[in-house]
Amino acid sequence: MIVREWLFLTIAACDAAEPWQLGFQDASTPMMQGVIDLHHDIFFFLILILVFVLRILVRALWHFHYQKNPIPQRIVHGTTIEILRTIFPSIIPMFIAIPSFALLYSMDEVVVDPTITIKAIGHQWYRTYEYSDYNSSDEQSLTFDSYTILEDDIELGQSRLLEVDNRVVVPAKTHLRIIVTSADVLHSWVVPSSGVKCDVVPSRLNQISISVQREGVYYGQCSEICGTNHAFTRAPGNIGRLLSPLWLSRTTRGATHPRSKLLQRAAGAVGSQGARQ
Amino acid sequence: MADEIELKTAPADFRFPTTNQTRHCFTRYIEFHRCLAAKGEESYECARFAKYYRSLCPGEWIEKWNEQRENGTFPGPL
Repeated sequence: MIVREWLFLTIAACDAAEPWQLGFQDASTPMMQGVIDLHHDIFFFLILILVFVLRILVRALWHFHYQKNPIPQRIVHGTTIEILRTIFPSIIPMFIAIPSFALLYSMDEVVVDPTITIKAIGHQWYRTYEYSDYNSSDEQSLTFDSYTILEDDIELGQSRLLEVDNRVVVPAKTHLRIIVTSADVLHSWVVPSSGVKCDVVPSRLNQISISVQREGVYYGQCSEICGTNHAFTRAPGNIGRLLSPLWLSRTTRGATHPRSKLLQRAAGAVGSQGARQ
Repeated sequence: MADEIELKTAPADFRFPTTNQTRHCFTRYIEFHRCLAAKGEESYECARFAKYYRSLCPGEWIEKWNEQRENGTFPGPL
């Protein structure tokens, strides 16, 4: 507990939305960076078209005002301009489609086998996370529930309605597979800074492949209406501390719960200092 | 001080390339039990399938299927 608070005060929560934020949150995965770059590409063409259309509109209104220009011209057609204004707008979507399809298909490609699988199970109105990669029998998963901390219990410096009691801890720079499902109704598991949004359907396992490139605390909210407390459900249960496995082994050092030992040993396998118990 | 664990999990299966991995989990579970039926209990190859289905499938699903197997109502081709 004490370790957690200390770390909390030294890490700025830059991966939650700021008040009145207009743009994207900082990207933490290559996928999100791709989304942001595509957005910039499209925005360029968007501004181009917007300015062009507005200029023509204003020009037409200004110069052809009925008092300044009482006799209208009777132009019925103009072949050249019609050809141009058909061809040109059909070329612009081609320029937009190229980066768009590239991103779309690369998002689906799972090039490497994932290193760790985490299951996120949505309930009304909390999340359960399971880490089952190191089970030796059917019963031993490291499982915990993640509830949003109520406003009354929030400590100084924590974000209102974004914090949860148990965060999901995940290693950075690792290919993750996150399997989401639901135990009751539809939810949606979202972490904007990682570019993750996946609907959570009962009786269905949806797979999300990401590789988070930097350490930090990431927040997200449920994005599919799921009942009364939908607005208070944290989808990833604030995906929490994506830190190196070495950190993981250090902070769970004090945990004596047998389940967390599995995670410590796994962390130790990657950390250079070996497992601590 | 503990023995080194290799970090691995169920690999990406080319039979299930899409987002929906429900069949993947179900198939691994069935493969494990068919392997047990074919090779007997406690065989090394079967342990591999066991790790895969445990990584992929939620604990509740596994409990439910285990119960169904015991009752003889499991709906899969075991």
